[in-house]
Amino acid sequence: MERPSTIGLVVKGLILLTVVLLVAYPFVGVIGTSLSTESDIARSGGFVLLPTSPSLSAYETVFNGGTVTRALLVSVLVTVIGTAASMLATIGMAYGLSRREVTGARWILLIALLTMLFNPGLIANFLLVKQVGLIDTFGALILPGLVSAFNLVVLRSFFMGLPRELLESARIDGAGDFGILVRIVLPLSKAVLAVISLFYAVGYWNAFFNALLYLNDSDKFPLPLILRTFVLQGRTLDSLAAAEAPAPVQAIQMAVLVVAIVPILLVYPFLQRYFTKGVLTGAIKG
Amino acid sequence: MTATLDAPPTEAASERRRTPPKLSLWRRLRRDRVMLLLALPGLLYFLVFHYGPLFGYVVAFKDYQPYIGFVDSPWVGLQNFVSVFADPGVWNALGNTLKITLTQLVLFFPAPIALALLLNSVLSDKVRRFVQSVVYLPHFIGWVIIVSVFQQILGGAGALPNFLESVGLPRYDMMTDPDVFPLLVTLQVIWKDAGWATIIFLAALLSIDQGLYEAAAMDGAGRWRRLWHVTLPGITPIIILLLILNLGSILSVGFEQILLQRDNVGPDAGEVLDTFVYFNGVKDGQWGAAAAVGLVKTIVGTALVLGANKVAHLFGHEGVYRGADK
Repeated sequence: MERPSTIGLVVKGLILLTVVLLVAYPFVGVIGTSLSTESDIARSGGFVLLPTSPSLSAYETVFNGGTVTRALLVSVLVTVIGTAASMLATIGMAYGLSRREVTGARWILLIALLTMLFNPGLIANFLLVKQVGLIDTFGALILPGLVSAFNLVVLRSFFMGLPRELLESARIDGAGDFGILVRIVLPLSKAVLAVISLFYAVGYWNAFFNALLYLNDSDKFPLPLILRTFVLQGRTLDSLAAAEAPAPVQAIQMAVLVVAIVPILLVYPFLQRYFTKGVLTGAIKG
Repeated sequence: MTATLDAPPTEAASERRRTPPKLSLWRRLRRDRVMLLLALPGLLYFLVFHYGPLFGYVVAFKDYQPYIGFVDSPWVGLQNFVSVFADPGVWNALGNTLKITLTQLVLFFPAPIALALLLNSVLSDKVRRFVQSVVYLPHFIGWVIIVSVFQQILGGAGALPNFLESVGLPRYDMMTDPDVFPLLVTLQVIWKDAGWATIIFLAALLSIDQGLYEAAAMDGAGRWRRLWHVTLPGITPIIILLLILNLGSILSVGFEQILLQRDNVGPDAGEVLDTFVYFNGVKDGQWGAAAAVGLVKTIVGTALVLGANKVAHLFGHEGVYRGADK
């Protein structure tokens, strides 16, 4: 094929640069503002890209043991336990259904797949969670979304695509179904397991509505709920008001946002190569 | 029992026959016990948390009082349906829902296609990977964070109004302007998901036979003609598929996203079906009315998804259920 024209290259480059800047601008602005002093914020009109004299005082206020610290702890706990529980249930189900000859496997799969077609809706879900006594417990943040049918399908088709000879030879060597899962299947599935755990973890980390719906006790609120009351609705948090806060309110608000974003930014680089390498698209198309 | 088990509901095309043909059910259960035990927690989850809630819809036919309970609340027949659908609030919510879905269909849907075409035409692997890594990222950011950031940039005391003022223009607060609410919501969705949605189009673009491009070039087709005659036909099936699936979910627009911003613009512009159900049911305690709307929405929504899948099958697409992740 012929070389692309210079003008074409420049135009493409400019468009892509604009796209990248539009995505990056809010991140940079949030971090910049969180490090800013009152005068910086006033001068730049509320969103600071480059603070002149960066200060960490907003973070000191955020981390001095009040509401935000507790919410952060709740979010970490729910994310870790939730992801572990989701992965165990999803792996078990995907593997259990990965052999067609397993008795009833098709029916069980059908039961799971049908749930992709209908959504019981908010009221029905709420009444169920209330009925099983999960209101105001952390279980309400984890159990209602324990297994994603989509992840289940992705993982099951990955397991089914593993070379049968490997599994058979392990069986001949005396491994049972469980042994095969732990010693052969899981080690071969690291990439897809990583991607699926990321989806679960991000879901738990960002979970906002389940917490709003099922939790009344503000001591149990995870970070997204605190974000909403403090940043969006502009209410002051008791612990922050009590502190002699040297940092401007806007900086503190942005610092809370940064705390919510950073964990995602930290795991993302390890996982994004799987997306660009097409692990996921292969699974979606399969 | 054995007879029903022998009729496979899915994947009937499987050529593999069940291995030992005449094992009793008990023997087979014993043989598969580890596999079934592993699948059990997941199965229980789906039964309890996806099928269980459906029983809650008896509330739609009752005058439900939480302190009396499901069983003892009096039956009222279809009265909940009659009264709630006489409420103009529902129709307003439906109108807003459709307005927002339509705006998203027109403005959001083409964005990832354009971006995917652009990325696909970039020759440098490094540049493409870099842009991909950046534009996938917002997909993983939660709505509370995104709405907060938009508030910071476009909201009353935000960067844009301040900027407008500094150059002598009137301040404009997009976050609280009811007239542009569908546009605002769509802009947010584009920022969050346009990049992520390129994944599926990029995969489709990769699967186009490179020989077609060479043949077209040989026949003298320029860059644009090749785009028009090779690339676009190559991704048309996936575009049609996604369009149909989108039509299947027109009654659901980003619930968390809109719930967070409904009060900025007021219910007249900001109420959608899901928020209507939330505020009437959970907030105001009109369980019967909210459940009635929820039930109708669930039924219509399921019918739309099934219909959309049917249409997709007519277009010759297999396995559409797998693409239905939203």
